[in-house]
Amino acid sequence: MIPMDWICGLLGGLMIGTAAAIYLLGDGRIMGASGVIAGLWQSVGSVVWQGRALFIAGVVVVPGLAAYLAGGADTHATINPLLLIVAGLLVGYGTRLGNGCTSGHGVCGMSRLSPRGIAATATFVGTGVIVMFIARHVLGVI
Amino acid sequence: MRALISLLSGGLFGLGLLVSGMTDTTKVQGFLDLFGAWDPTLAFVMGGAILPMAAAWIIAQKRHLSLTGEPLPARPAALIDARLLGGAALFGTGWALVGLCPGPAIASLTFGGWPGLVFLAAMVLGMIGFQWVDSRRGAPA
Repeated sequence: MIPMDWICGLLGGLMIGTAAAIYLLGDGRIMGASGVIAGLWQSVGSVVWQGRALFIAGVVVVPGLAAYLAGGADTHATINPLLLIVAGLLVGYGTRLGNGCTSGHGVCGMSRLSPRGIAATATFVGTGVIVMFIARHVLGVI
Repeated sequence: MRALISLLSGGLFGLGLLVSGMTDTTKVQGFLDLFGAWDPTLAFVMGGAILPMAAAWIIAQKRHLSLTGEPLPARPAALIDARLLGGAALFGTGWALVGLCPGPAIASLTFGGWPGLVFLAAMVLGMIGFQWVDSRRGAPA
């Protein structure tokens, strides 16, 4: 019996990949969440900005509505403000320095066998595993 | 046309993040916890996402323009440098500490409560901070 979480993961993953395919073939753009977010204040007023703003609106509203109809959803995120701030700063700074995140490098890069996408994904997953080991099993802070 | 495409792909992306469990930090942190109670869900999500996108790249090779008439992005130079790897390492560190990356951080805006808002605000600040540092580094001395 395959766990339901894995089936949902695969199904949700197919939706994410289809969304990226629509973004690419429809509008000629790479669907990278960090790039679209940062593009919001880098392209104000242009047609490109409108596209990005509508994309973000879709990302916020549709899962919000679906979660509401399903009776709520929870991120189970930590309530330690220091951790939230440090992690947020690192994710924001790092995704701009490395020019991509899980969607851009991971989904869009790896699917075209891009050496940059594969190297970046291996690095953030590898670092994540090491940091998780140290923070959870050595220091016990998360 | 462009508006419809943007809204449709954004909505489907957000729904996929919710359905796949990627807006739940315990599933993301569980995947990174290779030496603890490992949760492989994220691998199924990534695999499922790569399939349709790989097909899209194959189609993109045969076409030159998108539906809106934009040129399809060319393959970037295979430049693997310190910026790419350093940025990915910083991102991976923050990703492990809380279990949120940029997509899920915005997809969970309506139900993530104040911790989600604090993370999102810090993330935006980090992005703006990078631009500030980068523009100063690039400026002539």
